[in-house]
Amino acid sequence: MVKDTDRLATELCGIRLDNPVIPASGTFGYGYEFAELYDINILGSLSFKGTTKEPRFGNPTPRIADCPSGMLNSVGLQNPGIDRVISEELPKLRAVFRKPVMANVSGFSPEDYAYSCEKLGRETQIGWLEVNISCPNVHGGGMAFGTTPEGAAEITRAVKAVTGKPVIMKLTPNVTDIVSVALACEEAGADGISLINTLFGMRIDLRTRRPVLANTFGGLSGPAVLPVALRAVWQVSHAVKIPVVGMGGISSASDVIEMMMAGASAVEVGAANLVDPFACKKIIEDLPSVMDRYGINTLEELGKWEKM
Amino acid sequence: MKEVIFEILENRRITPGGIFRTELAGDTSDIARPGQFVGLKLDGLYLRRPVSVCDAAPGRLTLIWRVVGAGTRQMSEMRPGERLSALSGLGNGFDAEVSGDRPLLVGGGVGVPPLYYLAKKLREAGKDTAVVLGFATASEAILAREFAGLGCDVTVTTVDGTAGTRGFVTDALPAGRTYFYSCGPEAMMKALNGALGIPGEFSLEERMGCGFGACMGCSRMTVSGSKRVCRDGPVFRKEELIW
Ligand SMILES: Cc1cc2nc3c(=O)[nH]c(=O)nc-3n(C[C@H](O)[C@H](O)[C@H](O)COP(=O)(O)OP(=O)(O)OC[C@H]3O[C@@H](n4cnc5c(N)ncnc54)[C@H](O)[C@@H]3O)c2cc1C
Ligand SMILES: Cc1cc2nc3c(=O)[nH]c(=O)nc-3n(C[C@H](O)[C@H](O)[C@H](O)COP(=O)(O)O)c2cc1C
Ligand code: FES
Repeated sequence: MVKDTDRLATELCGIRLDNPVIPASGTFGYGYEFAELYDINILGSLSFKGTTKEPRFGNPTPRIADCPSGMLNSVGLQNPGIDRVISEELPKLRAVFRKPVMANVSGFSPEDYAYSCEKLGRETQIGWLEVNISCPNVHGGGMAFGTTPEGAAEITRAVKAVTGKPVIMKLTPNVTDIVSVALACEEAGADGISLINTLFGMRIDLRTRRPVLANTFGGLSGPAVLPVALRAVWQVSHAVKIPVVGMGGISSASDVIEMMMAGASAVEVGAANLVDPFACKKIIEDLPSVMDRYGINTLEELGKWEKM
Repeated sequence: MKEVIFEILENRRITPGGIFRTELAGDTSDIARPGQFVGLKLDGLYLRRPVSVCDAAPGRLTLIWRVVGAGTRQMSEMRPGERLSALSGLGNGFDAEVSGDRPLLVGGGVGVPPLYYLAKKLREAGKDTAVVLGFATASEAILAREFAGLGCDVTVTTVDGTAGTRGFVTDALPAGRTYFYSCGPEAMMKALNGALGIPGEFSLEERMGCGFGACMGCSRMTVSGSKRVCRDGPVFRKEELIW
């Protein structure tokens, strides 16, 4: 029998993960709120809140709406800006988390992305750069680059030129052909793909007859999007050779296994953390017994078996 | 903060307009201050619903809330014996230590409940506590007798004049108070901010994703930058707020 620790281990762009579970950007802050609740070193890694060159307040409130089996958010990349992330947030995170961290980066031009990735790439704490070209909540940036193969390739090249750290391009499902965008990233030198970001949506308040979100539209995530995410991860992982990080609606250990069967090498857990702050801890603890139930010896073999 | 599974002891409508009072049994050890809230997980709804602590004692929690939508409608059907998952001890709460000798509490509508637990703490500390409560109409007036029972000096205002002073809380503010605490509709608190010359604090409301600081859903700009209403608040000192 393989030890539990080895059964869950996986690898992402040459960096070993004790397990494939990574809290998704925007749902875990910079980690330290959760570190008050449990030892977050049990996580595979964590992807911190989307960071931009300048500080951002984000969109007006309300910017959250409840949905059947999920939620909408139109936060709009609120973050203190790259300089304060490096000077204030990363040291605080370092105090509670000793593994390589995934730096989630966004921007409004190729130069913005390059600027932030170069700076964050120099931080020893950072294991991977997760480049968000898929945020539906900002204008003139974010998703604008992720909706065409050309735009995605342009950002990939800009970032690859300035950092030696593995670059993971985070894709939006709000496109006609996600495979062509993923292939363009791979050709431009990306080391991995992560997907999916949120699905563009809205809700209307029957009393006021107005959109619930001040920004009208937002991004849908949570269990409602799991089937869409599985489909996108399956399509992309069967088309590219670089590793894929799967996310969208994962809330349980069996969701993790399903996502890895779709071809993901690791997974991210987003909205589930907001409803249950212990979600990632519970998922990691549940993995061995759920693997037993389905006769899965190691998670790593699962990914390889699917890719054959 | 921790997740607590409470047992419902009693769930009862207390006004014709749909205000309910829920008595719960369970671990309240994470509730450290009045003005904190709990995040309730309701069947079939994804996000938790924030509700303020109206009263707490070891093993006992009281919530008072109004039916406004799907979640609270579902809460109106909760029966004794049923279980309810709550994230307990959320938010910073009121600072009862800074009240001075003659605090003033000003509440409106379902903003009144969190002031009850605060009044209890202030009375325990022997403070001469005045309370001004604003409601739409007499039948929606809640907790006035309970505040009086704590030994507070209570003034009620109603917009239609069916109970107490006709008008708004700002029409009935007592003089000679050392510090104020307020929770209610934003328009009421904004008017109060202009009307009261003494220092104090306001409890704000914002639509929440998580309730514990992880999602940045509830941000509000203050004089010291952006703050999360759920974690840096919901209570903010008067001078921090921009109206
Ligand atoms: C810190 C805090 C303490 C609160 N304490 C009380 C209380 O003691 N008593 C009480 O009656 N109400 C309280 N509220 C308001 C209460 O949270 C909402 O009325 C409730 O969430 C509505 O849920 P619903 O599903 O019935 O309504 P919905 O149909 O979802 O929405 C109706 C309205 O409720 C508000 N609302 C909905 N969801 C949320 C959310 N997740 N966060 C904040 N507001 C929301 C919105 O203004 C919305 O327009 C508090 C809110 C906050 C933020
Ligand atoms: C409140 C919130 C904020 C988010 N912020 C970011 C962000 O800053 N950068 C990013 O790449 N993705 C962001 N996302 C998207 C998530 O990382 C994830 O891709 C998406 O929510 C799907 O996963 P889930 O269904 O598990 O939530 C955010 C999601 C939520 C719910
Ligand atoms: S509700 Fe999530 S940060 Fe306040």
